Amino acid sequence: MSSKNPTDGPACGLDQEPRKGFSRRTFIEGVGIGAGAVGAIGTAEPARADTHEPVGPDPVAITLNINGKSHELKVEPRVTLIDALRNRLDLTGAKKVCDRATCGACTVMVDGDPVYSCTMLAIEAQGRRIETIEGISTEDSMHPVQAQFVEHDAQQCGFCTPGLVMAGKAIVDSNPQPTMADVESGLSGNICRCGTYVGVRKAVYDAARA
Amino acid sequence: MQNFEYIAPESAIAAAQALSPKPGLTAVLAGGTDLLSLMKERVETPTRVVSLRNVAGLRGVSKQGGGLRIGAMATVQDLLDSKAAAGYASLLQAARGITAPQVRAMGTVAGDLLQRPRCWYYRNGYGLLAMHDGKALVPSGENRYHAILGNKGPAYFVSASSLAPALISLGAQVTVAGPEGERSMAVSDLFQIPSSASERENTLEPNEIVTEITVPSASGWKTGTYEVRQRQLLDWPLVTASVALRMRGNRVSDARVVLGHVAPIPWRSSEAETALNGQAANESSGEAAGKAAVAAATPLSQNEAKVHLATIAVKRAVAMAG
Repeated sequence: MSSKNPTDGPACGLDQEPRKGFSRRTFIEGVGIGAGAVGAIGTAEPARADTHEPVGPDPVAITLNINGKSHELKVEPRVTLIDALRNRLDLTGAKKVCDRATCGACTVMVDGDPVYSCTMLAIEAQGRRIETIEGISTEDSMHPVQAQFVEHDAQQCGFCTPGLVMAGKAIVDSNPQPTMADVESGLSGNICRCGTYVGVRKAVYDAARA
Repeated sequence: MQNFEYIAPESAIAAAQALSPKPGLTAVLAGGTDLLSLMKERVETPTRVVSLRNVAGLRGVSKQGGGLRIGAMATVQDLLDSKAAAGYASLLQAARGITAPQVRAMGTVAGDLLQRPRCWYYRNGYGLLAMHDGKALVPSGENRYHAILGNKGPAYFVSASSLAPALISLGAQVTVAGPEGERSMAVSDLFQIPSSASERENTLEPNEIVTEITVPSASGWKTGTYEVRQRQLLDWPLVTASVALRMRGNRVSDARVVLGHVAPIPWRSSEAETALNGQAANESSGEAAGKAAVAAATPLSQNEAKVHLATIAVKRAVAMAG
């Protein structure tokens, strides 16, 4: 695996900085300016994406519909959906782990389908209905899949959990009576290093029937 | 990943015109499940990415004439959900082997054909031919997943496509758009064994895009795909075989046998087809076909097991079809 090129800028890096009285978003943007990554500030209105003229590589104004709300932001075309969610919009529920469409920790729903947000460009997610782990519950009530995760003690370290919950939600959304084989297949795009699979499968199976 | 400019044209010709005729400068983005990982690894470093998301008419799986049309932006899930594809057993069995729902929802059928090889030397920057200081790394290196057929060099990787063997056995065609217009060819002609570092494993020009795949009616054919896998879920298969058998009475009159993940291209085996023609489709003819398919195999230092697995894949694909 090649090392990260420093010109990638902070939007492509891991989120390792602790929260200490300032928001992650402010911190990232500060670093971004320091690294010269925000080229469009103070210049003319940036190009809109979705034209048939080329846009970028400088930041491009895009609009994302996330959890029913419209978000306007400026990103370079290379910024992935997971980086836009986590680093720009402070939606840090989806996790960036393998960053190679394999582990599933970054799973969100796009137009009702589970997708790897690490492997979709933010610019390509425009005009689509994005749903993240932050959008599936309220202060007072968990989503049935979340409730069954609690019931079945279906997590250990918890880092894969938001992705597994979203993959589980995709299963119960599309199939009210999944068999255990359906559940296994539906969760096959998500990896849990702690090995919580037995509890996770039971949780999703029961959530569909709850 | 290296930064790039992005364009999302509204027609296939405009997309082709936005691509460079020179290799490596530009890239086509459909589902992105392969391309984005290659760009993150800097195996691909395009300065422009041409997205197909706005191109009209590339979506959907539908009946066309007596056959099937799969648009270039149709996902694996679209194929699995399509009523039009119901009669294509071997194709659906191969598609079900692509298990992660996220990959099914994002990855396209055409992208499965055009995904780059999984060879770990290639993925780590040693090029398609896996050369270092003028020396080929695969023959004396880690080659347990590499080719057992068509591997006389300089290419040793295996074609990564799960769907190509089924599509080729079904006689599928692919339509390709370039800057000046469209052309069609058999899916089998999309693939080539590169003979030098300047060639790729597919025959597309750098400024051509696939627009659709068409599959003739499978009526009258018995078809089956069998994958031998290390993991049941998520991973690529070790070896696959797809067969299509036309029967006369209870004898095979026309057999097509295509193996996957055994050679740098989807590997059509005329030896296996000859072994099946005129026979009943059963375990013994399937086993004979499997042995015929690998009779000329030349395994590398670590992958002799794949010879045995290929035999089994053919035998079981015949059983699935029968």
